[in-house]
Amino acid sequence: MSNSVRVESPLYHADLPGLAKLSGNPSENCGVTLREAKLLGHLNLRGNANDDAFLNGVKQALGLNLPTAPCSSAQNDKALVMWLSPDEWLIIVEGGLEAEIEAELRQTLSGHFAVSDISGAQTMLELSGEDCLNLLKKSIGYDLHLDSFPVGKVIGTAFAQSGAHIRRTGEKSFQLIVRRSFSDYIWLWLQHSSKEYGLAIVD
Amino acid sequence: MKQINRIGSVGNTDASRIDRNKAFTFTFNDKSYQGFEGDTLASALLANGVDVVGRSFKYSRPRGIITADAQEPNAIFQIGSTQATTIPNPRATQTELYNGLTATSTNGWPNVDFDLMGTLGKLGGGMMPPGFYYKTFMFPQSLWMTYEKLIRKGAGLGCSPQQPDPDSYDKMHHHCDVMIVGAGPAGLSAALAAARTGARVIIADEQNEFGGSLLCSKQLIDGDSPQKWLFETITELADNDQVTLLPRSTVFGYYDHNYLGINERRTDHLGENLAEISSRQRVHKVRAKQVILATGAHERPLVYGNNDVPGCMLASSVSTYINRYAVVPGNTLALMTSNDYAYQTALDWHDAGRKVCVIADTRPHSNGERIRLAAERGIKILFGHAVIDVKGSKRVSSVNIAPLNEAGNTLTGDTSRYTCDTVASSGGWSPVIHLSSHTGSRPVWQEDIQGFVPGETTQEQNICGGLQGVYSLAKVLSDGFNTGAQAAQKAGKGQGQYDGAIPKTNDLNESPAMAIYHIPHHQPTSRAPKQFVDYQNDVTAAGIELANREGFESIEHVKRYTALGFGTDQGKLGNINGMAITANFLNKTIPETGTTIFRPMYTPTTFGALAGSDVKHLFDPARFSAMHKWHLDNGAEFEDVGQWKRPWYFPQSGESMEQTLQRECLATRNSVGILDASTLGKIDIQGKDAREFLNRVYTNPWSKLAPGKCRYGVMCKEDGMVFDDGVTACINDNRFIMTTTTGGAAGVLQWLELWHQTEWPELEVYFSTVTDHWSTMTISGPNSRKVLQKLTDTDVNNDNFRYMDWIEAEVAGVKARIFRISFTGELSFEINVQANYGMHTWEVVMAAGEEFNITPYGTETMHILRAEKGFIIVGQDTDGSVTPQDLDMNWVVGKKKEFSYLGKRSWTRFDNQRNDRKQMVGLKPKDPTFVLPEGAQIVFDKDQPIPMTMVGHVTSSYFSACLGYSFALAVVKGGLDRKGQSVYLPLADGTTIEAEICSSVFYDPKGDRQNV
Amino acid sequence: MLHIRCPYCEEYREEEEFSPAGQAHIERPLDPESLSDKDWANYLFFRKNPRGLHHEMWLHAHGCRKYFNMTRNTVTYKILETYKIGQQPYVLDENSLDENSADKNSPDEKSIDEKNSSEVSK
Repeated sequence: MSNSVRVESPLYHADLPGLAKLSGNPSENCGVTLREAKLLGHLNLRGNANDDAFLNGVKQALGLNLPTAPCSSAQNDKALVMWLSPDEWLIIVEGGLEAEIEAELRQTLSGHFAVSDISGAQTMLELSGEDCLNLLKKSIGYDLHLDSFPVGKVIGTAFAQSGAHIRRTGEKSFQLIVRRSFSDYIWLWLQHSSKEYGLAIVD
Repeated sequence: MKQINRIGSVGNTDASRIDRNKAFTFTFNDKSYQGFEGDTLASALLANGVDVVGRSFKYSRPRGIITADAQEPNAIFQIGSTQATTIPNPRATQTELYNGLTATSTNGWPNVDFDLMGTLGKLGGGMMPPGFYYKTFMFPQSLWMTYEKLIRKGAGLGCSPQQPDPDSYDKMHHHCDVMIVGAGPAGLSAALAAARTGARVIIADEQNEFGGSLLCSKQLIDGDSPQKWLFETITELADNDQVTLLPRSTVFGYYDHNYLGINERRTDHLGENLAEISSRQRVHKVRAKQVILATGAHERPLVYGNNDVPGCMLASSVSTYINRYAVVPGNTLALMTSNDYAYQTALDWHDAGRKVCVIADTRPHSNGERIRLAAERGIKILFGHAVIDVKGSKRVSSVNIAPLNEAGNTLTGDTSRYTCDTVASSGGWSPVIHLSSHTGSRPVWQEDIQGFVPGETTQEQNICGGLQGVYSLAKVLSDGFNTGAQAAQKAGKGQGQYDGAIPKTNDLNESPAMAIYHIPHHQPTSRAPKQFVDYQNDVTAAGIELANREGFESIEHVKRYTALGFGTDQGKLGNINGMAITANFLNKTIPETGTTIFRPMYTPTTFGALAGSDVKHLFDPARFSAMHKWHLDNGAEFEDVGQWKRPWYFPQSGESMEQTLQRECLATRNSVGILDASTLGKIDIQGKDAREFLNRVYTNPWSKLAPGKCRYGVMCKEDGMVFDDGVTACINDNRFIMTTTTGGAAGVLQWLELWHQTEWPELEVYFSTVTDHWSTMTISGPNSRKVLQKLTDTDVNNDNFRYMDWIEAEVAGVKARIFRISFTGELSFEINVQANYGMHTWEVVMAAGEEFNITPYGTETMHILRAEKGFIIVGQDTDGSVTPQDLDMNWVVGKKKEFSYLGKRSWTRFDNQRNDRKQMVGLKPKDPTFVLPEGAQIVFDKDQPIPMTMVGHVTSSYFSACLGYSFALAVVKGGLDRKGQSVYLPLADGTTIEAEICSSVFYDPKGDRQNV
Repeated sequence: MLHIRCPYCEEYREEEEFSPAGQAHIERPLDPESLSDKDWANYLFFRKNPRGLHHEMWLHAHGCRKYFNMTRNTVTYKILETYKIGQQPYVLDENSLDENSADKNSPDEKSIDEKNSSEVSK
């Protein structure tokens, strides 16, 4: 695509980079830190987890074992893979590589499978900070205790009046996958719900 | 005004929970008073000697504070200083005092002390026997509204705020091993035991401080003041990071599967307009593995004559005011009791330095230790006596006491009068069973405690302490510790046995209590001074007996007839007494009479708390396309389509909507228009059986659709009715892109998954939503190809890119899928790009179209242009009762498909074969400028009498700038065979419009324009 | 608010993640055209509305997007089991309800699979 093409992430118009500059040093006085991990490559993969050929094909293309346990994830330098359902995974790769990875998967996989590029359909938000657990308690009904939601786990759940996939990346850090058309709502919700804790934006 | 009833600190230490160093000023009914931090509004009013706090609902009698807790029926106020912050009906007994608090009576317009309704009220009492809603005011019906206004205004149940609420509210979800409701001695000891196992514990209490009965108790624990044990306990719990403490938090509901709703009041005790500090209230939703209810018990008053005169109070509440708030609410006390425990009130009153004139004990005798303590203090005790009525109007002036037989149902001697200003009564205690009732558990009567306790439950529910009728502190504490440990074990923590030390305390010996509820009088109940059972609804013992006499024997019927338990207190104070009176009248036992099942909310909960943050811009999620900002910047008016905000039309300055639509329509038909169609649902269908799957869910055939081609399809439910439509494109033999209606997107995906997952899992096909991945812009009109060609190197001439083809091409430097399909009837191209490039592409297309005056249009113009072509919109022209045949769309119905696809069998059902089904037709009003209202009903004979036989209705109606006349789509019975006939539309304004049935295709019937 | 174990996510989730999808185990007739109007109407419109044990279908709408089955008591709202599409219920009547209600809230997968190893249809 030509260089003059402008690309806009779902939260482009919220001007998060501008707000990040205003935020200054995020760690001060802010219980919640938010970053849009924008313009990544998102691929939806479908296939039969009981089919060794399928698992091997994915491993060949991505260099990792497909996470087949419910609500699990796997990650290497090339890709982050989240379990969405027994036959569905989200693959997140560096922005711009999605077409290449999709092509690779189509090459290494055979039989019954599906790959859809959904890079424009959603965005990843990274939440962290002392109070990010409180913010999430306001937003989702899932038990955030480390016993039930350990690092690396992924859940699809109702988020306020929308939905999200949430992956825990640390005791107090999470990735949220939200749909493009709902991203403004979620952004408003996060601002409102983090008000008492202080919200810092980082670019 | 001085706090005449406030007593000084007793001894060296002040055992009360008020902070005398923090004085607050507050206003009640426009008068200013003083109180202290730690006061409730009720304790502060009593401290100031305020006797009358409201007027009763029906009789307009003056009323005072009776209780110190959630039972309070009288002291319900309008609290808040402005029309934005005012709240109706909080109980003053549960309202913490803050500086500047403003309260007025909700009962007692126009003035609690001197009201105009006084005489009316007395008259009203005569007019209003129980069941008055059903009797007196039923006729004439037309006057009911007037009566209601009068009664409501006279009695009043508060006013809702007239201005928007400035506060914010939110919600929080929690999970825990053990949820404990109530932080009295039972709840706290349960919490200690559970927390010591390492369990995750949440403990909530409605009061500002944890402690429950210990906050007003003098009973030593481990040889020290109960406050010391409280302090140590709360400190231990607070230091445990697995424990969440929720004071000021009312558990208002217990729902299925151990789910509790809790309303935490976060700033109500601090003042008004504190939105900047915090949310005002927060609803906590708790999913618990185990629930411990430790809600204690409420004291029951006895029912006697004029028992509503201010100064008549519950015995335990008098003690609470003395011990917790350092307020003695009078000078001379008469106590009536059926049990030993209430003697404590006389002891507390006496020890506060004021006079106890008499204790009337309804029992023949008692040997309990408190009786001895009272006798030691020289207090006069009359066994086998009862207060039969009191004198006084705005305050008790004296009591009449008479001897009573052993059964407590007959007076056996003459009355003696005692001068006093306060009457405390105690008829025993009722466990607070409300929460366990919420999940459908039926309470069980327990004779030895004369109260209902929680019955069998399907929840993981544990109960301890007063809730199960265990009242001695030593037993309550050990019960609490054991229950806490057992619940923790059931949640998977600890060994189940509490092996720590249980605090020691000495309970005074007590003699058995007497089962008595309704004190007899020398007069029959119907003629005795009014004996109130439910104060808030002015339900009397006589009223209940009248209901019984009139044949209402089930307690549920008695309640509905008399309004017993219908107030904001939901019968907390009066229900058991009302049941006892009914039981006695009918010669039944209380459990035979029935029980009352309490339902959420335990106490009234504000709408703000229940709405939480889902208000204003967060009321419902708004969904936006990637080009939304452009639409905003270009003055679009928006229409809600599901949750989407879609441009409705793009008015230019000074344009009316009508003018805008005409301009947009003509520009599209004559040159080129552009529509943001991103909201259409898009589903990526992959797998070798994708084609077969389409054959089964669409009515038309898909076997021969070649890669590179698109086809319009209609979906029906199994009942044969149309439920969605759209264009599906063949990407390759194993892959299709389906589009759905905007509103139907989620439903269609679920529909496909349903059939695949549950009926045809053997078909190899996967569905993924790609709605949000693509931004879609439709350029439509004779110049649309010229615009497109400027933006792509791919040849888009008719020879290379046919109608109903799709191609992949680079548009504006962006990889795109272009579908040559048309919903306007014009030459059209639907350009799809990855949504991150949507705005860029849109802007480039707009720039390229400038020389052709490319015109953005919204949903309204889209609707007009498609209707001119007779294209349906599912959900507007159909309503779930319309088949493809009804729509005259037989062409979209596959006749030769092997599989009996969804909906097909139903078309041959008898009802779907009727000739007089409503069918889709066009309508031309005789007056070509008149636009028929959508939804207008259609009749064949305009002269028939009312009610007319309605034969259809208008589904879509517009003025067409292109055609120069108005037109409509409609469904009409047998309409397809009635073309050329006139029908009539009687409108709401009395006029009747004539229209002619015609073809539903008004524009370019041969379809030439889209094929060029 | 029900607490529902999704047999695919293999854990309990809040009710707000789910949507009810009607009665379970309704099979589409293989040859609809051979059915009388009455039999077709029975398949289309008539559903059980029992007081007590009921087999229902639910959708984990916000989670894995899978439909599954549930045995639920419509009086107590107690969920006796949830199981995958294609599997048969373990709890079939009120008696087994009593037997199982105490500790068989969600039979593990094995017991269902063993019991229904021969089941291929739903």
